Amino acid sequence: MTTDERVDTTRAAVFDALTSELELAGSHLALGDDLWIRVSRDAWVDTFKHLRDKHGCKWFDFLSAIDWMPSPFGRSMDSEVDTIVHGKDSKEPDAMATGVAGGETRFQLLARVYNVVEHWGVTVKADLPDDDLSIATLIPVFAGANWHEREAMEMFGIEFVGHPNPRKLYLPGAFEGFPLRKDFPLLARMVKPWPGIVDVEQMPGETEEEAEAGTEGGDAA
Amino acid sequence: MTMTEREQLRYIAAQAADARVNLELETEGMTLNIGPQHPATHGTLRVLVKLDGEQVVAAEPIMGYMHRGYEKLSEMRTYPQVTTLINRIDWLGSFANEVPFILAAEKLMDVEAPPRAQHIRTILFELARIANVVLFLGDMAVQVGAITPVFFAFRDREHILNMIESATGGRFHPNFDRIGGIKDDLPKGWIEETRGALKRIEAFCDEMETLVLGNEIFQTRTRGIGVIPSDVALQYGMSGANLRATGVDWDLRRDAPCGLVYDKVDWKVWTHPDGDSFARYWVRLQETREACKILDQLLGTIPAGPIMAKVPRIIKVPAGEAYVETENPLGAMGYYIVSKGELVPFRLKIRSASFSNISVTPWLLRGVYLPDVITILASLYFILGDIDR
Repeated sequence: MTTDERVDTTRAAVFDALTSELELAGSHLALGDDLWIRVSRDAWVDTFKHLRDKHGCKWFDFLSAIDWMPSPFGRSMDSEVDTIVHGKDSKEPDAMATGVAGGETRFQLLARVYNVVEHWGVTVKADLPDDDLSIATLIPVFAGANWHEREAMEMFGIEFVGHPNPRKLYLPGAFEGFPLRKDFPLLARMVKPWPGIVDVEQMPGETEEEAEAGTEGGDAA
Repeated sequence: MTMTEREQLRYIAAQAADARVNLELETEGMTLNIGPQHPATHGTLRVLVKLDGEQVVAAEPIMGYMHRGYEKLSEMRTYPQVTTLINRIDWLGSFANEVPFILAAEKLMDVEAPPRAQHIRTILFELARIANVVLFLGDMAVQVGAITPVFFAFRDREHILNMIESATGGRFHPNFDRIGGIKDDLPKGWIEETRGALKRIEAFCDEMETLVLGNEIFQTRTRGIGVIPSDVALQYGMSGANLRATGVDWDLRRDAPCGLVYDKVDWKVWTHPDGDSFARYWVRLQETREACKILDQLLGTIPAGPIMAKVPRIIKVPAGEAYVETENPLGAMGYYIVSKGELVPFRLKIRSASFSNISVTPWLLRGVYLPDVITILASLYFILGDIDR
């Protein structure tokens, strides 16, 4: 049995255990890859306590958030010119799609803990309703969540109830807005067109013409 | 034992003198600002310390002087363009920054680099580690007052940088890793030259062992200073040599090699039970030696074959989420990619090692003496770009 197989066996067992022990709003198990679970906002802290005490996930990896709203500025760069300069994107923005383990709201909090003995990790997600972007702080369970929460606070505008030092981490104190939200524009793109839209590079064993004419799936074997 | 009257008077006089000194210097409640421009902070970390005499009552690192917003900028750039940015996170071991990002993108695309590319990737990954850690081994000595070792470090790192340059074209920012493989094959004669450079690094390690580790002043300044217990290190998310110096036997290179060829090499993970500044130096010194050992084996066993897998010209990463973490020179570094099947990542969360490693400082610096603040910060070994991203 190789290491990967052993980790996978543990991962599957943990997945089954978590499904029965916790009330999960969503879950996803990718063998040989990773493990995701989604819990309700109220169960956030208890879930990590459970993972730490019952499943040995003692190493705190990171905490962050995702804004699932499609960008109103048409930022995908498959158009020929930057849409910010030349009017609004003609195509409709994608419906709000959420990723692994599902999701219902625009903002989703995610944090990851890891078991350093058995070598598997789990990413925990929680949905935050738009009208109340607050959640209990994780500091009593993992002290290392402190700075990560301050970062999520200033970048997404999420409130962490009970945080002892809720100040901005990177940004200056008077900064307004939440930069990592999708409706916060990147000002550098607003003032001039982006020169790096076409980015095709020549591959080994290929002439320049071939590379320039290359399209998606060009010569996939 | 009873005090004579004379002794009592002397004691009272001494107390009064002490109180006067304290009053004159106003040592109580003094706030000292270390940085943002301080030689010991490797960039622009600012530490605000409140002192009582020479003892730290509270310390608070203040970051953001170098925050470049890579997570936001990456949402505007195609996958191959992102590697240019993330090269600048840990600028001393740049190639190592690219690897976890490329591996995460490859995981989403279900592409695997050919064996030769994986092999060369691992070689450059370890060279980046040496280039990064060698500087620490010299710099740590500067913080306790010895200047010479850092000159040796710069001198010997140059040979490694030369090898990185001749293989990739860039001394500090190679931008060499591609989705599906690597950009170029190794140049002729590179393997032999690299072996020569490694000999110099091995000699440098021996030199540091006698010059720094064996030095009485160094030992007094680092042994028992800045002790981090393993449970504290774990809950603060510390990783890499900082975590292994607390006795936790965990190295992602051995335990989750995902896409790198460490399982084909015979090597050892070093740990130290003490958790103090000395242990962190010791572990890094052993790891540099181990990296030479790994490289020596890898250089002799590079398989033949292509260096690129078949990938589309214009890279669109299928929708999904992937997280890949590797053991970078500074510790565990990971990229959480959220893709919606477009040319650009929808969201890129960068988990950098120094951010978590340095987040322990408010806890760690409480109660230590001011001169030790500098050695402790140096022994935690952070790169500002890796904190501020």
